[in-house]
Amino acid sequence: MHYSRPNSVAEAVNLLGGNTGNAFILAGGSDLLVRMKGGFVEPSLIVDIKAIAELRQIRATDKGFWIGAAVTCAELGESEMLRAAWPGVVEAANLIGSKQVQGRCTIAGNLCNASPAADSVPALVAAGARVHIVGPNGSRVTAVEDVPLSPGKTSLAPGEMVAAIELDERPAHASDAYIRFIPRTEMDIAVASAGINLTLDADGTIKTARVALGAVAPTVLRVDEAAEALVGTKLETAALERLAETCSAAARPIDDKRGTIAYRKSVVGVLAKRTAELAYKRARANS
Amino acid sequence: MNINAKTQIQEFRSVGTRPVRQDGVDKVTGRARYGADYNMPGQLVGLVLRSPHAHARIKSIDTSAAEALKGVKAVITAADLPDHADGDEGLLEILDNCMARTKARYDGHAVAAVAAIDEATARKALGLIRVDYEVLPHVTDVDEALKSTANVVHEHATSRVDPEQNVPLNVHATEEFGHGDIEAGFAKSDLIVERSFKAEQSHQGYIEPHACVASVNADGTGDLWVTTQGHFSYRIVCAQLLGMDVSKLRVTSSEIGGGFGGKTHVWAEPVALALSRKAGRPVKLTMSREEVFRSTGPTSPASIDVKIGVSNEGVITSAYAHLRYGCGPYSGVWGMLGAMTAFACYDIENVKTIGIDVRINRPKTAAYRAPSAPVAAFAVESVLDEIAQKLDMDPLELRFRNAVKNGSRSSYGPTFGTIGLVEVLEAVKSHPQLNVPLAANQGRGIACGYWFNIGGQTCTTLNIGVDGTATLTIGTVDVGGSRSSMSLVAAEELGIDYDKVKTVIGDTATLGHNDTTEGSRGTFSSSMATINAVKQAIGVLRERAAKMWEIPVDDVVWEKGCARAVGEEHGNLPTLSLAEIAKEAPNTGGPIAGHSEIVAEGVGVSFGAHICDVEVDPETGATKILRYLVVQDAGRAIHPAYVEGQYQGGAVQGIGWALNEEYVYGADGRLQNAGFLDYRIPVCSDLPMIDTVIVEVPNPGHPYGVRGVGETPIVPPLAAVANAISRATGVRMTHVPMSPPRVLAALENAKVT
Repeated sequence: MHYSRPNSVAEAVNLLGGNTGNAFILAGGSDLLVRMKGGFVEPSLIVDIKAIAELRQIRATDKGFWIGAAVTCAELGESEMLRAAWPGVVEAANLIGSKQVQGRCTIAGNLCNASPAADSVPALVAAGARVHIVGPNGSRVTAVEDVPLSPGKTSLAPGEMVAAIELDERPAHASDAYIRFIPRTEMDIAVASAGINLTLDADGTIKTARVALGAVAPTVLRVDEAAEALVGTKLETAALERLAETCSAAARPIDDKRGTIAYRKSVVGVLAKRTAELAYKRARANS
Repeated sequence: MNINAKTQIQEFRSVGTRPVRQDGVDKVTGRARYGADYNMPGQLVGLVLRSPHAHARIKSIDTSAAEALKGVKAVITAADLPDHADGDEGLLEILDNCMARTKARYDGHAVAAVAAIDEATARKALGLIRVDYEVLPHVTDVDEALKSTANVVHEHATSRVDPEQNVPLNVHATEEFGHGDIEAGFAKSDLIVERSFKAEQSHQGYIEPHACVASVNADGTGDLWVTTQGHFSYRIVCAQLLGMDVSKLRVTSSEIGGGFGGKTHVWAEPVALALSRKAGRPVKLTMSREEVFRSTGPTSPASIDVKIGVSNEGVITSAYAHLRYGCGPYSGVWGMLGAMTAFACYDIENVKTIGIDVRINRPKTAAYRAPSAPVAAFAVESVLDEIAQKLDMDPLELRFRNAVKNGSRSSYGPTFGTIGLVEVLEAVKSHPQLNVPLAANQGRGIACGYWFNIGGQTCTTLNIGVDGTATLTIGTVDVGGSRSSMSLVAAEELGIDYDKVKTVIGDTATLGHNDTTEGSRGTFSSSMATINAVKQAIGVLRERAAKMWEIPVDDVVWEKGCARAVGEEHGNLPTLSLAEIAKEAPNTGGPIAGHSEIVAEGVGVSFGAHICDVEVDPETGATKILRYLVVQDAGRAIHPAYVEGQYQGGAVQGIGWALNEEYVYGADGRLQNAGFLDYRIPVCSDLPMIDTVIVEVPNPGHPYGVRGVGETPIVPPLAAVANAISRATGVRMTHVPMSPPRVLAALENAKVT
């Protein structure tokens, strides 16, 4: 096994491009090291991206925010500008693992681990986040929901890596939220989850909505029908019920040790309602 | 808060205080040495190959490729652990569990092991071992196993039952307790409630995995450094299994990161010794967390029917329980313990319990803190709660009307002596938690619990140092702070300060046999032996003082840590301190010590009652514990902080089991959640501070009144939580753990029916 710690994106891309074996990117390592210790993967090359300065930054750009792939979830939580603009994304990132894990883990890693239960991904999908990917053929930008393909699989080509995740700037009367259900209060993995991003009129009517669900399908699920149920409403009871119904109907979960199909379909609707209420309250407060 | 139930109590100087624990600094600075923290020169790494099948015949094992791998020093199978049991079926079962002989009987059953120069080599060697299995049908559910006659988990299963009785073949043992005529009792009842309950299997969840370093020499001697609750018992069992002389195997107990009963049984230790014997080098064997879950003893899964009849006044007229406990593939005493404890809190005219051990293809059931009692209490206390609801009676009042008292005949036979259940209930009644109002979706549950104490073989040695300090060597492993408690006892008897006494755990060569720290016996038994040892040392100290003074020893008394001469002739002599006598010891007869080798008798028993307040989210089925109170009789709390710690720890383990902890098996008979992510023990943020009240009804069988307290605290929580959820939701909960999916499903079912 070869370990390298490049100082630039170009160097990292070179290393990955030149590798013919089983290459892994190490950011926080909160998934990779666990899989290595469990004997599930044996990397031939590990590229540690934490020494690449530009990947360690959170920047305001002319379009919004640029979050480097090696920025830890704890650092997201410490960013006042992100907390104000994207509270749902930040709260999702700050639910991953434990306090100690949050000091290491990254949302780019959370995305590339391609778990359907990843906490930050539904929030990022709801937020309409874009992913900056670099590789042997240059760089490209894609929607966050296009990265995970199935559990453990991404659409990244060999030699490609995520450099950053971009979020829009936050207009007035808009906000987001993320709520997951776990049997404990922390240090757990979502049984079901919902991320919702809302933009309102000044009078509180929902103009646009994005709804994403976690842990109820092989990948994080964007539910446009659920979003449509909210647009044009002021989140009245009927709209909330419609939201819950569409989310429960869209969910395609499995029975496993963490929950049953019936349980997940039922609870994901409840979570969607609660998440919408929280996002709506935040959006109203954001004038 | 301490409540002294008796006004006539002894006055103590050290006992009852709360000094800093003596093993504390080592533990918080990381210096304490646990099972995996010991190393020997030339030590090898041992790893175990485990069956992926729940039930399979082992047709052959080919270890040749593993043995040929560079760096591999030994590969063993059951052939390297020949049967030395000499017809002892129980011992043979232990050996079979440590290394499968003919059949793998559960997912995770050891089938081979290697010792190599490093972990990577050992891991590679495991991959080179070829096992040819013939997969057999399996059964992991207790009730299914009882129905099954085709699927026999263990060929010995028929040995304990009469085939003429046509008893299902997976029954290991059936035990019955009780008195009176239950049918006549039910006929007299005004109200009868009958229900069935199910409890999933839980693991002790100790944070430290099993670990040991074994070294067997060519001359037949050996050393074993190991995390265990009972190094003396480990020595006997390991020596017997390996065919060694007991006295040639020296076992040292490391610090222990939790045991709760799971470290009273041997698992990997005989394997490590066999590897070392074959390799001719020391072997360290440390289990992974996955191995701990798959291959060491969880508690029993259980299925229980309870029927209780009462008068309109809430007096139990008749009670019956049929309790079925899974024991893994091997024999167990779990049905018996459930049957003994189910109704132990109540004075019942007509009572009958039947406990059955059922063989299943899961790991061998091990003791887990008051084994079997928590699920028995879950069933019985749930039915009592329902009776209280139907009678519109305060559930606490219902317990008062039936509680056992001094002289009550217990449901399992003996007559109770001095016991404290009524005093415990009185302390509950006066606790402010009962007056906290409850909001919507909130509920309050009460439950009682009982557990035995055991005494047994115990040895201690007290050595007086040259400066007048004392070293106390005890042989009961300190799992919960007992070294500090023993220092308090020695300080009390000697009349010196706590910080002048250091207590250590002796290895098996240092002291005579000590029974394992189990059955809530550690503090009870070792404190009794410590008092004896100190009294003997005081006798020596008086003799030495007499010598120094040149007066008869009968004129010397021991008071407040000093020898004092008495009588008209010598009464004016200044006292001699312990330090002064110790300093002169080389000139007055040599080292000063006291010893005690006893079978501790006079055990008390301990009753407790818990109050749990919960809030249930009706849309997700999630339960939040709002408040939790433990009240229990400690007899005499030597170190109250550690007694409270036991109360809190037991309650937390019980709450975890009540809400989330369970073994999840797939249809393939494989354990699905062998890790702390999906085997959910509570985290700190899941819980409120657990409130405690120590009730002290002294045990007349102990010089200080001590009762063992470690196990009773896990008995009531399943029931207390279940009763709270049942009252919060209006739906009776009958299946633990009451995980969110299970609670939500119960609420949905109640809506439909």
